[in-house]
Amino acid sequence: TKTPRPWSIFGYFELDIELHEMLDSNKDSLKLEAMKRIVAMIARGKNASDLFPAVVKNVACKNIEVKKLVYVYLVRYAEEQQDLALLSISTFQRGLKDPNQLIRASALRVLSSIRVTIIVPIMMLAIKEAASDMSPYVRKTAAHAIPKLYSLDPDQKDQLIEVIEKLLADKTTLVAGSVVMAFEEVCPERIDLIHKNYRKLCNLLIDVEEWGQVVIINMLTRYARTQFLNPNESLLEEGGEKTFYGSDEEEGKEDKVEAAALVVKRKPYVMDPDHRLLLRNTKPLLQSRNAAVVMAVAQLYFHLAPKAEVGVIAKALVRLMRSHSEVQYVVLQNVATMTIKRRGMFEPYLKSFYIRSTDPTQIKVLKLEVLTNLANETNISTILREFQTYIKSMDKDFVAATIQAIGRCATNIGEVRDTCLNGLVQLLSNRDELVVAESVVVIKKLLQMQPEKHSDIIKHMAKLTDNIQVPMARASILWLIGEYCEHVPKIAPDVLRKMAKSFTNEEDIVKLQILNLAAKLYLTNSKQTKLLTQYVLNLAKYDQNYDIRDRARFIRQLIVPTDKSGALSKYAKKLFLALKPAPVLESPFKDRDHFQLGSLSHLLNAKAGGYQELPDWPESAPDPSVRNVEVKYPTCSMNMQAGRSRDLKDCIVSTAARNFWMNPKPPPNYLLSSTKSKEPKDRSDSESEDEEESSTESSESESEEESESDTDAKKKKKVLLSISINHTLQGNTSPLGRLWTEPPVLCPSMKAFCVALLLKCSFPSPQAASPTCGPLKTYELLHRITGEGLAVTYCFSRRPFTGDPHMVSVQIQFTNNTEVEARSLRVLEPKLQSGMRIAEFPEIGQSSGRTGCLSLFSLNTHTKKFFVTIQPPVGELMMPIFMTENEFKKEQGELGTRQAPVFMDHVIIQRVISTANLSRVPCGSAMECRFAGKTVTSGSLVLVTVVTKEERAAQVTVNCEKMLIGTMLVKDILQALSQ
Amino acid sequence: MIHSLFLVSTAGHIFLEKHWKSVISRSVCDYLFEAQGKASAPENVPPVIATPHHYLISVYRDRIFFVAVIQTEVPPLFVIEFLHRVAETFQDYFGECSEASIKDNVVIVYELLEEMLDNGFPLATEANILKEMIKPPTILRSVVNTITGGRELRSVFAWSVAQGSGSSNVGGTLPTGQLSNIPWRRTGVKYTNNEAYFDVVEEIDAILDKSGTVVFAEIQGVIDACVKLSGMPDLTLSFVNPRLLDDVSFHPCVRFKRWEAERVLSFIPPDGNFRLMSYHVNAQNLVAIPVYVKQNVSFFETGSSGRLDITVGPKQTMGKTIEDVVITVHMPKVVLNANLTTNQGTSTYDPVTKVLVWDIGKLNQQKVPNLKGSLSLQSGAPRPDENPTLNIDLRIQQLAISGLKVNRLNMFGEKYKPFKGVKYVTKAGKFQVRT
Repeated sequence: TKTPRPWSIFGYFELDIELHEMLDSNKDSLKLEAMKRIVAMIARGKNASDLFPAVVKNVACKNIEVKKLVYVYLVRYAEEQQDLALLSISTFQRGLKDPNQLIRASALRVLSSIRVTIIVPIMMLAIKEAASDMSPYVRKTAAHAIPKLYSLDPDQKDQLIEVIEKLLADKTTLVAGSVVMAFEEVCPERIDLIHKNYRKLCNLLIDVEEWGQVVIINMLTRYARTQFLNPNESLLEEGGEKTFYGSDEEEGKEDKVEAAALVVKRKPYVMDPDHRLLLRNTKPLLQSRNAAVVMAVAQLYFHLAPKAEVGVIAKALVRLMRSHSEVQYVVLQNVATMTIKRRGMFEPYLKSFYIRSTDPTQIKVLKLEVLTNLANETNISTILREFQTYIKSMDKDFVAATIQAIGRCATNIGEVRDTCLNGLVQLLSNRDELVVAESVVVIKKLLQMQPEKHSDIIKHMAKLTDNIQVPMARASILWLIGEYCEHVPKIAPDVLRKMAKSFTNEEDIVKLQILNLAAKLYLTNSKQTKLLTQYVLNLAKYDQNYDIRDRARFIRQLIVPTDKSGALSKYAKKLFLALKPAPVLESPFKDRDHFQLGSLSHLLNAKAGGYQELPDWPESAPDPSVRNVEVKYPTCSMNMQAGRSRDLKDCIVSTAARNFWMNPKPPPNYLLSSTKSKEPKDRSDSESEDEEESSTESSESESEEESESDTDAKKKKKVLLSISINHTLQGNTSPLGRLWTEPPVLCPSMKAFCVALLLKCSFPSPQAASPTCGPLKTYELLHRITGEGLAVTYCFSRRPFTGDPHMVSVQIQFTNNTEVEARSLRVLEPKLQSGMRIAEFPEIGQSSGRTGCLSLFSLNTHTKKFFVTIQPPVGELMMPIFMTENEFKKEQGELGTRQAPVFMDHVIIQRVISTANLSRVPCGSAMECRFAGKTVTSGSLVLVTVVTKEERAAQVTVNCEKMLIGTMLVKDILQALSQ
Repeated sequence: MIHSLFLVSTAGHIFLEKHWKSVISRSVCDYLFEAQGKASAPENVPPVIATPHHYLISVYRDRIFFVAVIQTEVPPLFVIEFLHRVAETFQDYFGECSEASIKDNVVIVYELLEEMLDNGFPLATEANILKEMIKPPTILRSVVNTITGGRELRSVFAWSVAQGSGSSNVGGTLPTGQLSNIPWRRTGVKYTNNEAYFDVVEEIDAILDKSGTVVFAEIQGVIDACVKLSGMPDLTLSFVNPRLLDDVSFHPCVRFKRWEAERVLSFIPPDGNFRLMSYHVNAQNLVAIPVYVKQNVSFFETGSSGRLDITVGPKQTMGKTIEDVVITVHMPKVVLNANLTTNQGTSTYDPVTKVLVWDIGKLNQQKVPNLKGSLSLQSGAPRPDENPTLNIDLRIQQLAISGLKVNRLNMFGEKYKPFKGVKYVTKAGKFQVRT
């Protein structure tokens, strides 16, 4: 439907024609202006679909801003103009192949946003391809596209789950949040997909962007509920039943048997290390600036943590009370639910919930709720004093809520019941009718608890019927008088008389109570009230409201004896004047915690669409080994970094720079000495500047790590053994060979940390282009035979070393092929270049790149000492960088050139990339392949061009300002290509 | 997650809509209007409204409702926090977040929203990344817009001029920040003057009762930074007395582990303005209340009048002067007018909103400001039960009332010498005196 536009009808046509002309022109500026006007129309909700053909033509426009605005338009209207929208698809398909990752990503984003069913197969293909893109940013976009496609065509679910599974295994923080989001929207029931990624997600969590954190934490809460045992279960039994049974001796034998059974059942609770991992890794996020993250962690702790640890969330939640009122609103709702279960947690913060006159009413009411929940014998006097000031507030809705709160305090805490009641009675003389009415309602409830004491209050209230007009209050008074008419025998008939007079003018609820009162009086005092009752019943008989007519008929049959009246009328008195239990004034937030806190469903107290129930704890823990990820590699790989030495301070900074929000655990270094604790002196001897990454951390972490592994080692030896065998069976083809993981004495969970941490600290730095994929070449450092069973291999992981960007990371893998434990695996006396000249030549190492031989050190076990050498090929000493064709050409002009002719091969790219850590540069010509990188240490550019010629010949050009590197690289590439 | 966004003015005018999935009719906002009709003030509109097919989650800010429409379960705080982030981004881009500024920059707004959410899930919310993709409006462009009477009727001449001056909203280069693991900082920052300023701003939240005794008081503080440093500086900020800090929350750039271990803030800052941390000062430390207030507000049973007498004076000021003292009183509805005299500052009473504002200014030791006079009530109306609360606003320069002090700021990773500055301010937060 077209909404009228602000200009005249002629203006409208003119405008449309003008826009068409502008869009058709060949000036980008005109197109841009036209698109801006169109987008402004869309923003205001005006229909601009007529322009679709004219706009869609510009989808391939070179101007980025025009293009973006066309995308906006396209996504908005494609659904309405499906056929025309198809015209644009090829542009995006082309974009998907673009060498620039950002263009690939944006093409996928728009393509997947076009809601046209016919392109579902194209989208599916694009998503699948993007999911294995080497750029994490593109993979992230792929994750975003999954729910889009799913909502367009739910039949694709199975295929999409495959993609999700693949992306869940992704190790970058960029992807993690988005893929979990997709998981939650497409297949939240497939909890099994999480097992293998659980530890990784826990460890990545802190570095994921804030929105992703929220989604991941919520999902992990649900996951943990299915996989771990209730940490509070055993506590409950111990606290309650044990003492109960223990003290009771009369039941004798039977009791003992039962107690014994209990003991058996209650085997000591040991928290699953993975459960602990989750709690530990989420805790720092309580300090996030994002309220949603804080809330997510808070609900995780509330639902998963042992009672003793939940307290930490209170402070953070109270902090959120300083935030915007909407945030307060949501947080208070959750706090209200929490205070019912865990009152003690928020007691120290009682005053933070005091109400200010400037708070919005809904906030005031919620704070009141929390204060009421927090009230107990010790603080009730403070709270009541506070309530007294609230009653004087100008905000009457709030005053009413306060009166109800007082009522609840009075019912819950017996000591103050009389005080509260007196206070409320005083309010009956308040000038504001609403206040009085609310007081009446609350007093009614309180009186029900002990009516005989308070007949004077009832009398007082009977008098109020003359003044109070609020129906609810009138109804309450009438009910009270009817119920306790025996306490006020003289007043009650008089009240009925007055009410009979005004019957026709009363509200329905009041009329019903008048009938009620009449019936009760008729039964107790029929002498005085018989006529009155019949009068009232007659009035009610002709009332407009059928409920009232119905009630009148029912009461008449029941109380007025006639010939036909059935057996029931005998029991009329019992029916009407039965003792009624006093009402329990309950918080509306009671039992709301069966909804996951922080969720929309919890807030509304109703299940929202797509809400995933928080499952109950399992009776017995499912197999924890499903989360083991290192099954494939039963050896523990560790990162070793070799690099140029720098001064210590500098290095702390750079290490910290990457490990921000890092785990309390440092990345594993190759200096892990485990069973026998070495004297610090010994240790420092064995270190050299070459290993500064270990020395920087050694101060803060080594002691901790050592003691942990030491004690764990003793305790967990058995566990370890079985697990190791397990690994052998699964990971190694020979079931006889027993593999010990190194460091051998870490308990299994610790080992998992090591691996996970390794992943974490070595994920690719996206600032540089992402490292090229493909199999890494593994080099042998120590052969199994020479090493007497210990095999050591290393490879260049091609991931930037987290500690220092000027270093190359080397991944070393230890495999123990013997049956004997290999202990104290460590590096002794590393020699740089030649021997110990490191002090004199701090530049030595791989900084220069002049040399192949980088470091020489001896590898030491507790019995043996091996000398090994790492010789990095020159191609590994660089990192890929991303540049455009133009930049490439420009740079090329500035650099020295090495050239050599080679034979062409189809796998040229593959070979070059496996030889040197470079990234491809987009290139127009099919005959050329270009690669770019820079040396890790000095950052000097390295450009490689391979031009193919006829007859499988090609020319390799390497540009680099370091002559030596250039020469060596040409040699290496030539060798690789001519293989 | 977030399906659509509507921006609605207080008057009920929907002036912007954006959909990330299929289009939802703007009539869904009727439920908001309904709730708004029931609420006494816009602040009282519930942030979450359930409608038959959708849920509306809204925030009210700068006289605008930001209404997100969602269809399925989502943590409400997630949406609320995001909507506030949107408002902050507008504020950052246009200098103010108002209906007028959003309407004037509707294209930029649209482009921003497009980047901030993908399929309803937040994509880029860091100001530094967004600014790389979408340039904020420049003064020149807004001048061109004003001269030519806004975007709608901009003449061909005007936009050719604008084009000539390179006024494209969208950055020519694609952002690299999003790919970095320091997503909050853009790359290639260059300044001729390298400066880093930190404002330590503390607010006293307090409730004083009738007699002036403290019912509740606490200090909340923030450190706002304005960092304009080239390259990739790595900063370390340490405090003389970090123990004062009881509860903290950080910008994502702060390395939490370092804080845990050493109580120093170590971070690579975003470029420009940002909130480094907010903190709460340990409640055990007694809060110094810088002013005392003596007040007497009474309404007479007869004669439809009342009397008001307020005196304010400095109390614990640590030798600093208290400035910008303003006392605001929300009077009961029956107060028709106020006839007041003061010996310092000005007082105004708005009979429509029933708000009395007494703007005092500086507090002197010698002369104690006093406001005195009579209140006239609606004749015949009963005497109001309630007494109004006094809200106090004040400011003390060069003082952090908690005593928090920055020790030093060090920079690593860059060679140049930056100019560093730290400023302290104490303000009254929610400072109320009950009467």
